[in-house]
Amino acid sequence: MSHERNPGTALNLGWVEDIHINKSAVERRAATIGTRRTVKKEWQLAWLLKAMTLIDLTTLAGDDTPGNVKRLCAKARRPIRDDIVEALGVSHRNITTGAVCVYHDLVKTAVQELAGTNIPVAAVSTGFPAGLVPLDTRLEEIRRSVADGAKEIDIVIHRAHVLTNDWQSLYDEVRAMREACGAAHMKAILATGELGTLRNVAKASWVSMMAGADFIKTSTGKESVNATLPFTLVMIRAIREYGARTGYKVGYKPAGGIRTAKQALEYMYLMKDELGREWLEPDLFRFGASALVADIERQLEFHVTGRYAAFHRQPMA
Amino acid sequence: MDGSNKSTVKQDLINRIFDTMEYGPAPESDTAANEWLDKHQRRFGQLIDGKWVPGTEHFATVNPGRKQKLADITQGTEADVDAAVKAATRALPGWQSLGAHGRARFLYAIARAIQKHSRLFSVLETLDNGKPIRESRDIDVPLAARHFYHHAGWAQLMEKELPDHVPHGVVGQIIPWNFPMLMLAWKIAPALAMGNTLVLKPAELTPLTALFFGEICQEVGLPPGVVNIVTGDGRTGAAITKHAGVAKVAFTGSTEVGRIIREATAGSGKKLSLELGGKSPFIVFEDADLDSVVEGVVDAIWFNQGQVCCAGSRILAQESIADRLLAKLRARMETLRMGDPLDKAIDVGSIVDDVQRDRIAGLVSQGEKEGAKRWQPSWSCPSTGWFYPPTILSEVQPSSTVVQVEIFGPVVVFMTFRTPEESVALANNTAFGLASSVWTESINLALDIAPKIKAGTVWVNCTNVFDAAAGFGGYRESGYGREGGKEGLFEYVRPRWMAEAHGTIEEPLVASTPGLAAEEHASGFGGTGLGLPSIDRTAKLYIGGKQARPDGGYSQPVHGADGSLLGQVGLGNRKDIRNAVEAAHAASGWARQTAHLRAQVLYYLAENLSARQAELAARIAKMTGHRSRSQLEVELAIERLFTYAAWADKYDGLVHATPHRNVTVAMNEPLGTIGIVTGDAAPLLQLVSLVAPAIAMGNTVVVVPSEKWPLAATDLYQVLDTSDVPGGVVNIVTGTRAELTPVLAGHDGIDSIWYHGPEALTAQVEKLSAGNMKRTFATLPSSKGGRERNWFDGREGEGREFLREATQVKNIWIPYGE
Repeated sequence: MSHERNPGTALNLGWVEDIHINKSAVERRAATIGTRRTVKKEWQLAWLLKAMTLIDLTTLAGDDTPGNVKRLCAKARRPIRDDIVEALGVSHRNITTGAVCVYHDLVKTAVQELAGTNIPVAAVSTGFPAGLVPLDTRLEEIRRSVADGAKEIDIVIHRAHVLTNDWQSLYDEVRAMREACGAAHMKAILATGELGTLRNVAKASWVSMMAGADFIKTSTGKESVNATLPFTLVMIRAIREYGARTGYKVGYKPAGGIRTAKQALEYMYLMKDELGREWLEPDLFRFGASALVADIERQLEFHVTGRYAAFHRQPMA
Repeated sequence: MDGSNKSTVKQDLINRIFDTMEYGPAPESDTAANEWLDKHQRRFGQLIDGKWVPGTEHFATVNPGRKQKLADITQGTEADVDAAVKAATRALPGWQSLGAHGRARFLYAIARAIQKHSRLFSVLETLDNGKPIRESRDIDVPLAARHFYHHAGWAQLMEKELPDHVPHGVVGQIIPWNFPMLMLAWKIAPALAMGNTLVLKPAELTPLTALFFGEICQEVGLPPGVVNIVTGDGRTGAAITKHAGVAKVAFTGSTEVGRIIREATAGSGKKLSLELGGKSPFIVFEDADLDSVVEGVVDAIWFNQGQVCCAGSRILAQESIADRLLAKLRARMETLRMGDPLDKAIDVGSIVDDVQRDRIAGLVSQGEKEGAKRWQPSWSCPSTGWFYPPTILSEVQPSSTVVQVEIFGPVVVFMTFRTPEESVALANNTAFGLASSVWTESINLALDIAPKIKAGTVWVNCTNVFDAAAGFGGYRESGYGREGGKEGLFEYVRPRWMAEAHGTIEEPLVASTPGLAAEEHASGFGGTGLGLPSIDRTAKLYIGGKQARPDGGYSQPVHGADGSLLGQVGLGNRKDIRNAVEAAHAASGWARQTAHLRAQVLYYLAENLSARQAELAARIAKMTGHRSRSQLEVELAIERLFTYAAWADKYDGLVHATPHRNVTVAMNEPLGTIGIVTGDAAPLLQLVSLVAPAIAMGNTVVVVPSEKWPLAATDLYQVLDTSDVPGGVVNIVTGTRAELTPVLAGHDGIDSIWYHGPEALTAQVEKLSAGNMKRTFATLPSSKGGRERNWFDGREGEGREFLREATQVKNIWIPYGE
């Protein structure tokens, strides 16, 4: 980590009330980022390689077993085929994904499989995905995952607190979760698709940051609407303003629905243009994704061979 | 995604970029555009009568982003323009006989063809103009195609929707260099849809897409002569505007040139629409989404390098958020990318040429000399083209040069305000009135401010949004006429009766037969019949709701048809006009009265006029010598008041179906103060026919009534007084028409001049209107086949034509969504 961790602040309701979001204008900006920016040739290759390092390679299914998590971890360690890595001249960079993200039960397996690498294990927690379990069991879940070796905890917020504008309760809970995380970094999942309005998304972002979130994250991947560019704009603008007011940098993680290299690049343009270069490194930006790895690898292969690639030629996760 | 061969992958470069995460070049290919230019040996003629006619004299068109010559373009001569106008004239009957559906098919074909060739159009546009390829590709060309699609629809519907209208004939169109293709579409689509043929001149700096469009016309089989494209500089444009065969001139460009065109066409009978400059306010209230406002500013002033007539070039920020907004804007400027216009990943391209760039730089230094603080990004501009950096000038005041003049570059001035009321005052503190942008999260505030801004377009929480279904055009010195929407069609048609009217009215209205009415004024002016002298009633002027003595202290006699003296009226002079205009302005609250109330006042006027019907008819009979007609005249005047009382709350605006999630409201707003000069025919009916629609729509008026028979007007004073017409809404100055008319026509406080007097003065009126670019509404001169209106005829004397003249359309864009 090159930046000081966000310790949070006291709950400042003035900041929450001072939020104005214009949906149409946000959508307009979101709609044009992909037409204002593009990267080609070597630039595209470098950006896609970077994208790979930003991925929280994720499996969050009821039928997860140590077997498929091992496969996932192997892909996290070597997300790109060696011949492609060599052709691009980046062997020395030891490119891996940013993290592996699993349920609590699989943290131990993942930690084992990633031993000897710098790849952290992230655990979704606090009654993921709905978060509607007692607070003490939610906090206990965090502590257990940290004990099992998770370096990052993706918590879910209690949506009802947002929908009823109970900012104090939201703040108190997230604060408590942050304390339970200890040295592990906390990503606060807002479940943006369930918050109703962009204004609520912004408010939830602010309260989570004030409560000490290291990252704010869009979605569990289980809502009907997950990461979108408009949600992203609202959240990263909140991060920017929070930084301007407190001096602390908070990371951002869109999750759910980001499947293509082109999509990933659009998110990266937005991060660079709205927040700056620093937010293109894994300590401040992650994608929550699984299929994305394969599409990026495919694009890289195409650049190397000059032929369009097929998924079945890439080692699966 | 781009492919590249294994051998060409530069590993060092990849590693460097992986660390810096910088953007790199992303050039759009210009191969097809160059092939097209080469196919023409980079030398172009003009499209006249369906054939490409080579020129003799040429000039170069240049790619401003690379300072490279692109092609030689013909300098069109007067003879060329003459040939083009004649070709267009010959093509007229065929084009019109095609009918609505036939023309709709051609417009549809053109729209399809533009889409088919959209990338070549975009690349040519960017090469020629220097605008980012993103803009020509994603905005200009798609909007141009959309304009033809939309107007294919209007062509189809014309016969049903505009049954009482006919095309003008040959239209001359002159367009600017900032949106060459889009402005071409805005001009050509409605003209063709309404059945006109045309001669279009693109700007000399950017003729390529118009020339390519000429080929598209051939490709779709448009009949020869329907569209003629001539090229050249202002001389070619002047040849179009002064050509006798041109029935209408449509111009988009600077207010300066617009003024020249207005003066040059004065008295010619040519219909004119002008879309001119602007200095559009961009108002930011404290409850706005400031991050979105920042992107709004990017779209407002850094779109097309700020070379946009409706650019939001005056930021007005509420004091409470001004510093925060300025800080955010300065940060955003740093992340704007400037570069080769063909690069797909740049935000800002090149200024169109060195002349324009130097002008921008000159104005910015002048601003600094006057105390402005200049903010520019830390990065430097490329030197390959004529670039100028995004610039904010703060610490400026309404008195600063840079706040008043249109810079037409990527330069925005930044001022503050305290209250909503002050924001409106500052917003309207300009001679222009093209567009405006209002940012607030309060719908109450937005909808309070929008009607108060003097501008043809109000964008709420957005900016520079356009569509074919919504009208676009100016208030004040930003010109007149609308492009787009149903309101835009009326620029390309005229009332059918005008086309059918020839020569003079069958029954002359002015000439009188002495003796016809002799029997009814046996008692004459002089006596009561009882041997007593009558009490003198000398009509004064009517200003601000009071009878006012003429400033000069003179009166003039009024004689009847039989030569007898009927009375005296005040002889008004220029000061009386000045006073009347001031009184009319003071009564501007009339526009804010409800339409229902205005209707009630008009009904009350009719009622009181009716009560004095016999007296007024007798008066008119004595003046004109027409007894039977005078009774009819008063009856029709009463009826006409009913007509406009009826219209007062029924001349509805529209909600346009634009392809965005928003409500686009087209509101009919009054112009302000209208100067009305009437002729002598039907002195009461004519006056009522003009005044009633004007005030029904909320305008105030200054009227110069019939010079010959002014008593019909002066008799109205008491009717106005008793009918609850607020003082100053109707002001009447009697006197010498030739003396009063020029004062009214030249007055900067008059928003439109309606001149219906003898045509000898028409040219002067139209020329003087150029002072503040006020609208004009005058009779077509007899040399153009026009004649005086028959005010007794309902087709000619009343209806929507008058309501359109009494209003201007404001389009308010209101996006929504939570």
